Amino acid sequence: MSGHAETLNKSLKREKQLHLFLGAGVILLFLLVWEAIGGFELVNPLFTSSPSRVVKAAILLVKDGTLLTHLTVSAKEFILGYAAALVIGVPIGIALGWFKGFSAAFGPMISAFYATPRVALMPLFIIWFGLGITSKIIVVLLSAIFPLIVNLQTGMTTIDRDLIMVARSYGASRWQIFRSIALPASVPFMVTGLRLAAGRALLGVIVAEVFGGSQGIGYLIQYAGATFQTDKVFVGVAVVATTGIILDRGLHRAGRYFDRWRGDTAVG
Amino acid sequence: MSKLNLQKKSVAPNVTGFPAQGGAGSNPGNVVQLPSHGSPSVEPLSKRETKLSVKEIVIGYHNKESGQMLLTVDRVSLDVKEGEIVSIVGLSGCGKSTFLYAIAGLVPAQGGEILVGGKKVTGPGSDRAMVFQKASLLPWRRILSNITYGLELNGVAAEAAEKKAHHYIDLIRLNGFEDHYPNQLSGGMQQRVNLARALACDPEVLLMDEPFAALDAITRELMQRELLTLCEKMGKTVLMVTHQIDEAVLLSDRVIVFSARPAQIIADIKITIPRPRGGVTKDSAEFRELETRIWSLIEANANIGGGI
Repeated sequence: MSGHAETLNKSLKREKQLHLFLGAGVILLFLLVWEAIGGFELVNPLFTSSPSRVVKAAILLVKDGTLLTHLTVSAKEFILGYAAALVIGVPIGIALGWFKGFSAAFGPMISAFYATPRVALMPLFIIWFGLGITSKIIVVLLSAIFPLIVNLQTGMTTIDRDLIMVARSYGASRWQIFRSIALPASVPFMVTGLRLAAGRALLGVIVAEVFGGSQGIGYLIQYAGATFQTDKVFVGVAVVATTGIILDRGLHRAGRYFDRWRGDTAVG
Repeated sequence: MSKLNLQKKSVAPNVTGFPAQGGAGSNPGNVVQLPSHGSPSVEPLSKRETKLSVKEIVIGYHNKESGQMLLTVDRVSLDVKEGEIVSIVGLSGCGKSTFLYAIAGLVPAQGGEILVGGKKVTGPGSDRAMVFQKASLLPWRRILSNITYGLELNGVAAEAAEKKAHHYIDLIRLNGFEDHYPNQLSGGMQQRVNLARALACDPEVLLMDEPFAALDAITRELMQRELLTLCEKMGKTVLMVTHQIDEAVLLSDRVIVFSARPAQIIADIKITIPRPRGGVTKDSAEFRELETRIWSLIEANANIGGGI
């Protein structure tokens, strides 16, 4: 590496460090101000809580096992609903994109369903499936399935025509084109779908539990709110936010692995 | 290995540094070696058998608005002999690419017939392979498995296909790039992979659709010379469509001039510049003369047809 490139690299690194410092600084400042508002009683801490109170509440919830119980229930709903969405949504998306007839038959119906807010159907699900875990799984499933369907359908219908022409020129059958071109070409779309679906599924879990339930993080938030335990509300919110970030980052990483052929470094 | 193998031939100055193919030892056993153009043992073109025969072909399509049939290619006949390199030149939009696609079996013909090795063409087949204008490599496949792609679709076992692919990697001088992704290669390199993918299938007729049109001028010039060396070495039967008159003259045994749409053959010009042409300069009188002649034919036709 030339000296020039090294200097450039160093200054890039320094800039990155500065950005990290700025980001962390703003968060720290926010926490300090929040603590001060509660600590100096500028506003009744009953409403605002404060970082130290939230931490205390979190420790308490962890110690008595409440948090784990609720988290387990929510995780179960999430995993089952998300997995079901994957198993059902991916084939539907592929079929919609690949078979014109299938798309003509079911496309409009699926679009209509997509436009309906799933939460609005929650009362029906409770009537049909009860207040237990099943009605929540259904909401999660219906929240997560559409991003998957829509993205895979898009992936299948936006395949590079030139690649299909190449395959055809080598005598590829429709099945061979599907396997060697359509499927790999839609992988990036599937990764995007999975990320969006994870976010929607998480939202589905919380909304379903807030709406009607007796367990789960959503219920914890709802119950704590109803009984003016703002500290606990914030604990619940923090748990949800953290989960969301971890899921999104994790899937982003996984997606980059499957997308590694899209690298942009050219040689020669 | 290829870097060390850059021996210069005295007969054909090796302009591109293309590795001269070694003896039988360096040639994997399953690759068929066709007689080379330059070698004296080869029969003259006139005595060789016809590899590709196009008889009175008509290609058209229905205009959806007017409901009329629009002719693209109007009763064109063309014979290409074994090992012959033929180029088609003509105005853009004259139907020459459509003609090539019909031979590839990718576009249906409304009349006439196409025979490859005596067999009637009814669709794509492994007796033909197409080099496309855009490299159109599968971006998620590494270079090696892009080259094996055509073989794979033809049902060749993975191991045999890879062995062949390695041979063509050598031939297009991309050793060391086997595990790269297409996006990591320059346009010229990608186009060489496109060529190797077609050659690996060992087609009876190699079809090329303006293979260098998407490249920059310098790369194009280099690629032309490279292709020339390759063609002369392999003795493939080639039908190529191009916009570049100099390219057509440099590479071909015959240059076919197409009229404006609907395409008809207005000239069939034999290029008698002796092979190997490695050292041919495009400035030579003979070369210039041919270029001018072909250009005036196209130009005259453009004026008749109402311009471009």
